[in-house]
Amino acid sequence: MARTGHKNAARRVLIWLVAIFAVLTAVLGGGVITGHASWAPKLALDLEGGTQMILAPKVEGSTGINEEQLNQAVAIIRQRVDSSGVAEAEITTQSGRNVVVSLPGTPSSETRALIQASADMNFRPVITTGDPAPVPVASRTPDASLPKPTAAPTNASDSNWVTADVYKAFEALDCANPAQDKQPRSDPAKPLVTCEPATATTPAVKYILGPVEVKGQDIVSSSFDPVQGAQGSVTNAWGVTITFDANATKTFKDVTQRLNQFYVASQAQGGNDPKAQFAIVLDDQVISAPRALAVITDGKPQITGNFTQASAQALSDQLRYGALPISFDIQSEEQISATLGGEQLRLGLLAGVIGLLLVVVYSLFQYRALGFVTILSLVVAGGLTYLAIAILGWTENYRLSLAGVAGLIVAIGQTADSFIVYFERIRDELREGKGLVSAVANGWRRAKRTVLASKAVNLLAALVLYFVAVGNVRGFAFTLGLTALADLLVVFMFTHPTLQVLAKTKFFGEGHRFSGLDPERLGAVPLYLGAGRLRTPTEKPAVVRARNTGAAAEAERRMTIAERRLAEKQAQLAGSSNGTKEEK
Amino acid sequence: MTTSFAKFGNELYTGKRSYNFVSSKKIWFIIAAVAVAISILLPVVKGGYNLGIDFRGGSEFTVSNVKTTDSAPGEKAVHDVVPGAVPRVANVAGNTMRIQTDKLSDDQTVKLKTDLAKVYGVTESQVTSTFIGPTWGQDVTKQALIGLAVFVGLAALLMALYFRTWKMSVSALAGMLVTMFTTAGVYSLSDFEVTPSAIIGFLTVLSYSLYDTVVVFDKIRENTSDITTSSRRTFAEEVNLAVNQTLVRSINTMMVAVLPVAAILFIGAGLLGAGTLRDLSLALFVGILIGTAATIFIAAPLYAWLRQSEPELQKQAKKVATRRAAAASSNPEAAAV
Repeated sequence: MARTGHKNAARRVLIWLVAIFAVLTAVLGGGVITGHASWAPKLALDLEGGTQMILAPKVEGSTGINEEQLNQAVAIIRQRVDSSGVAEAEITTQSGRNVVVSLPGTPSSETRALIQASADMNFRPVITTGDPAPVPVASRTPDASLPKPTAAPTNASDSNWVTADVYKAFEALDCANPAQDKQPRSDPAKPLVTCEPATATTPAVKYILGPVEVKGQDIVSSSFDPVQGAQGSVTNAWGVTITFDANATKTFKDVTQRLNQFYVASQAQGGNDPKAQFAIVLDDQVISAPRALAVITDGKPQITGNFTQASAQALSDQLRYGALPISFDIQSEEQISATLGGEQLRLGLLAGVIGLLLVVVYSLFQYRALGFVTILSLVVAGGLTYLAIAILGWTENYRLSLAGVAGLIVAIGQTADSFIVYFERIRDELREGKGLVSAVANGWRRAKRTVLASKAVNLLAALVLYFVAVGNVRGFAFTLGLTALADLLVVFMFTHPTLQVLAKTKFFGEGHRFSGLDPERLGAVPLYLGAGRLRTPTEKPAVVRARNTGAAAEAERRMTIAERRLAEKQAQLAGSSNGTKEEK
Repeated sequence: MTTSFAKFGNELYTGKRSYNFVSSKKIWFIIAAVAVAISILLPVVKGGYNLGIDFRGGSEFTVSNVKTTDSAPGEKAVHDVVPGAVPRVANVAGNTMRIQTDKLSDDQTVKLKTDLAKVYGVTESQVTSTFIGPTWGQDVTKQALIGLAVFVGLAALLMALYFRTWKMSVSALAGMLVTMFTTAGVYSLSDFEVTPSAIIGFLTVLSYSLYDTVVVFDKIRENTSDITTSSRRTFAEEVNLAVNQTLVRSINTMMVAVLPVAAILFIGAGLLGAGTLRDLSLALFVGILIGTAATIFIAAPLYAWLRQSEPELQKQAKKVATRRAAAASSNPEAAAV
């Protein structure tokens, strides 16, 4: 029983691998059945074509656009496109005026909205609030008693901003059924009558807002994190933190100083004075209207309230992407064909297949029967990568460009290297006169370290470039990381267990001439025992004595069996610790 | 031949056959220095890299109401006006063709306009031209460079922690820099356009170069882990043995990595001409060969050189010398081995 424990552990790992394959296939199959995914990987712009949108950037308060602003516009769009997945979009400028975005496939309405998303964001103080529904015509305030400003407003919260016209508009506004047609953009120097749309948890609210006090472009960054409790404890609530630039910090301090007075004054009534609120206005709609509970002197207000993690992130994103002085009009949106013909992909794949065949021939030539393990491992790695790409195409919008296909073909080399490192270590062990089972166990122990350390370099490159870089480089990083992970999975879950099983077979175990692990061909009469230690003469195994004389053959067989037993004992010791590790 | 290769591996392993990678370091360093210098000077002499449309922007032609939406006539028309250009021809919404190419002079623009109208069977008024900006803008380059710097920094840290010596990080990075410069130099020599694909290939090469070095260095680490207690070989000899012992792995890995790339480069690019595949595979082909060589000829010898002046290793070297001298005097035959 103990003799087969090692083999069983290997079989268990192989079964796990089959299970992983089954799960991935089931996930993808489920996606295909529900109509969200397809069996084939999605192709990128260069191979499949897609949609080309010409966007005209508009800078607030000016008619033209200079080069720097245009570059900024491109950067904004790239950021937005990248945030919606890893599809490699092509973003360029045209005539020094327009931004041209080419996206693979047909962009979803979310993607389109994201690209187009207006950037007109600002902060206005609230003057008054009301129920979302319009006041019925019959009960509206008669003209005579409409508010009349008594003096010129002294600050943005002054009720004198509310003229008769403003109040009429306020009463008539229907926030329960907001109009869909686009309104002309409001004047930042004038008061604004607008709505806060209803969300899942809060009803719609109607506002009269004072003039703009802080502009969205003064936001340096925004983040969302759990709110810290009184003693720094973590609470369940989420908050959004805005960071203003130096000028806005000062302005915002003045604003909160004023608003906070309203809050403090009304505290007896629960602090409900609407004038204590400031509204974050995006595209002339209020996205949030927090109260100024304190004077913000450091330019880093934290907005708290009924946020969940998702809603906090949404607001934070809106603040960040909205904090830009440029908005975009879609001028045209057209289908565009692939820039590379199907010919390119076909010949590229053909070249890949020829290259693969060369690898197959070379592996068989170098490693004989062991070469089949390499080839099978590559097939398994290929299968895993294929499934991962198809699934990620569905969930992350990951698409294969021709460069990506070439990258995958190239990854063959690095994947195969793990096997080569491993096989060479086994051969080294055999050269030192070990039996195959223990050679596999020892070789693996040494190869594992090397493989992990070297793949860590690849994974590091992939992670860093994925999170730091943009555009094509990000797509590359994704492919690199994907293949490195597939490789690790295969070498741990397929190549090694397969070798453990094969080492027990007669063909490999006795070092058949074509096994690629023939001790004789590997010259297993080492002069030293690794790492510079001398081998004592008694340790010298009799493995490579001439085979043709009967006595010598007998002696050899005995030696080999004895050695094999010892080796197997060693292997079991090594294997039992290995086995528990792999079962995790 | 397999037998001889196996024998080759055996002899390298036992030390019977050994190449002096470490002791001939001066030659390799000089060769590398010259190659790097040429690689830096070459683009300067040639007036910079031949940057493609993705980096510099270019001209765009739009042909409406075309008779055929085939891209071949458009490509041919561009080749006739600008030989060697890499145009991108696409069909936009129904029967409009979009042709993008490098920035053209006024004469070329006029000529290409006429030609495009002819090949697509439309009047010249249906061909409009404009100029387009780079798709690989400053922001992409900036972020890629930041990413690269962060990666190299973290990789150096990772190697220093794993190998427990910063000298391995320094040597590995030196090997990577040599690979980086010479690959860029060869690319410049080829006069191919620098495209995003080439940059992607280049990044792959950098990660491959470090990867390859880590594999060889891990063997060096193994061989030299108990160096101070051994008097068999000096540190430099032990490093050299490790490189020789992993030589078969280096050759096999290089072959397996380079075969598919070579297939793409020679078959794909030969049949297709310029384009994504050619640019990517050239950068990779050159980079993998140089990266493998740089590990063996630059990184490993540099590491041995950086460490051999350490007092402990000097003491160990003396011990080896003493032992050898004693062995030589007592047994002259053994000394010959």
